[in-house]
Amino acid sequence: MTLLARFQNSRNALGLAFMLPAAVLLLLFLTYPLGLGTYLGFTDAKVGRSGQWIGLENYEYLWGDAVTRLALFNTLFYTAVASVLKFFLGLWLAILLNRNIRFKTFFRAVILLPYIVPTALSAIAFWWIYDSQFSIISWALVKMGLIDQYIDFLGSPWNARIAVIIANVWRGVPFVAITLLAGLQTISPSYYEASAIDGATPWQQFRHVTMPLLTPIIAVVMTFSVLFTFTDFQLIYVITRGGPLNATHLMATLSFQRAISGGALGEGAAIAIAMVPFLLACVMFSFFGLQRRAWQQGGSDK
Amino acid sequence: MSDFNRRRFLESSAGVAAAATVGAGSALFAPFAQAQQTLTFKPEKGAKLRVLRWSRFVQGDIDAYMANVKKFTEATGVEVRVDNEGWEDVRPKAAVAANTGAGPDIILSTNDDANLYPDKLLDVTDLAEYLGKKYGGWYPAGEAFMRPDGKKWLGLPLGASGSLIVYRDSMVKAAGFATFPKTTDEFLKLYKALKEKGTPGGMALGNATGDSTWCNWLIWSHGGKLVDKTNKVVIDSPETLKALEYGKELYANFIPGTLSWLDPNNNKAFLDGQISVTNNGISVYYAAKNSADPKIKEMAADINHAVFPIGPVGVPTESHLFFNQMVMKYTKFPQAAKEFLRFMMEKEQFDPWLQGGGGYVAQPLRFYENSTIWTSDPKNMPYRDSVKNLRPGGYDGKLGYASAGAAADFIIPNMVAEAASGSKTPKEAAERAQKRAERYYKV
Repeated sequence: MTLLARFQNSRNALGLAFMLPAAVLLLLFLTYPLGLGTYLGFTDAKVGRSGQWIGLENYEYLWGDAVTRLALFNTLFYTAVASVLKFFLGLWLAILLNRNIRFKTFFRAVILLPYIVPTALSAIAFWWIYDSQFSIISWALVKMGLIDQYIDFLGSPWNARIAVIIANVWRGVPFVAITLLAGLQTISPSYYEASAIDGATPWQQFRHVTMPLLTPIIAVVMTFSVLFTFTDFQLIYVITRGGPLNATHLMATLSFQRAISGGALGEGAAIAIAMVPFLLACVMFSFFGLQRRAWQQGGSDK
Repeated sequence: MSDFNRRRFLESSAGVAAAATVGAGSALFAPFAQAQQTLTFKPEKGAKLRVLRWSRFVQGDIDAYMANVKKFTEATGVEVRVDNEGWEDVRPKAAVAANTGAGPDIILSTNDDANLYPDKLLDVTDLAEYLGKKYGGWYPAGEAFMRPDGKKWLGLPLGASGSLIVYRDSMVKAAGFATFPKTTDEFLKLYKALKEKGTPGGMALGNATGDSTWCNWLIWSHGGKLVDKTNKVVIDSPETLKALEYGKELYANFIPGTLSWLDPNNNKAFLDGQISVTNNGISVYYAAKNSADPKIKEMAADINHAVFPIGPVGVPTESHLFFNQMVMKYTKFPQAAKEFLRFMMEKEQFDPWLQGGGGYVAQPLRFYENSTIWTSDPKNMPYRDSVKNLRPGGYDGKLGYASAGAAADFIIPNMVAEAASGSKTPKEAAERAQKRAERYYKV
């Protein structure tokens, strides 16, 4: 038997060969950049210049840097509030769309619109909506006589934080809603029929039938939602560039500003890498949760 | 173009040349008179160029630029592709190109980008010296940006978009000022009076690349500076604190919302009649003059420009958005790239481009002071000397990675915004800026 024939008849060799392109791609485009970013975080590399190994110095500096701490706070706040809002709004929409309403397909398509629009474009739309001089919201409220002067949406720190969260929620709700809707449709109507015969109220049906069966998909969708929100960049970059007074700088935007615009590659990489533990914790929480099969199937964990 | 030629430049600069002759010989005049009149680079066979430049703020700029590009292609056969990006986006793209060694051959970017990656740029000393000699010399700011070591040119200056005062004449007069204030004290009084009249002014305090440069003026006009001559960070100083106190008073009279303003905000607010005084390039006036809306077009007659007032320091302290032209070292066609830049800077191309921009970009070479763009409309004139009077952002130190990083990180605008809005005391804001700047200047 020739070498080629032996290769063609070997399950292991063929399996390896088929896996190889995917493995190369993963190594090249996922592992390498992450590894390089981690390495850069321990150097004083600048744009256009390879750096020297400086150990934890970047991290030590960032720990004492007021703007980085503010960015961390902003990121956690942004992620927590936006994710919770997206979850409840998404779940509510999914339940509504799961009912037999007229024009169901039309509404399901409409709900996806914010997700279809490119993020930068929706960010520009929100930038206009929040404009200090030309805001349509302010204009309408003034015309209705409800306010005397335009709302300073982006000019005060807390207003700006809330404004960008609203933009993020608008953008992210369709993903949660549609995914949860898909989950809802996998629940057999017989559960609801049986529980109805037993006299369960709609709330009890939701609590004891819908939620347990939907939990695995909620875990997955919320993991992704949190990851996307935590690493958000475009919305902030277009709407506020991190302002006012750094009040909307997220870790991702600060990392970009320091690494690319400011040229401090090492420091920017360190900020980006500092996000990893938070993201990893989120993924692990979901991953280990999903491993618990009883919980995944709607049972109670031991 | 008939009244714009070398002879006219010589006549008009005769006074300056004579003055120079008295003190330092014919330093200014002689090299110009003996200038090498022609220099060409032979493009490589089959050369193609990719140019990345900042998007136009005035349509005439890109129209004239592209007409010149077409002329270049016709003259040399070198195909040129021009990509436009917002200037905030050119900087990261240029940085990535420098870092990876791939991308456009020529990049037109802002401020001191060339100082971020000097080793990645093609030496254009021969070209810069030729142009300097032929066109009456580069202004010092251009040299500071593009020839930081005083020897090697990292690229060519393209000019600067002047950040000057744009105001509504009628509103300033109604506030009791026959002419625009020339001192910071008067300037503050004007802002107070405008607010009382219900026609407030406002200047950007967000992370605006171009329009936040007024914050440099604020600090410098009171004697504050980011670094001293030895590049030691000295922003936390009594002068800076005075400037920040002044900025706080000024801000109290701004229209609400300026903390969030990015580059386009003040243009829109001004043209909508919501503000009476701001800082900007000539683009506001250009937009009004060329507007299809009769109401806005009418406003053009009421718009005027002035240089920033002089503060306690007693000298002009202008900060403008500088534009550079860099040839990336990785280009396969260095000769073609240099020829392209030479061609674009020659008066047959450069002056029509200045004209097309309507004064949006001020020249980096003294010769073009006599371009008719500055005299054809007296309102253009204040912008003429934007490069001549420009103080680079890294004042009073040497430009380099640190100055570029500090500017890109908005250290000064954020300090001013923090103090002006009261979110931090001036002292706290200055201390934070000092700490952050020291990080960059640790290099």
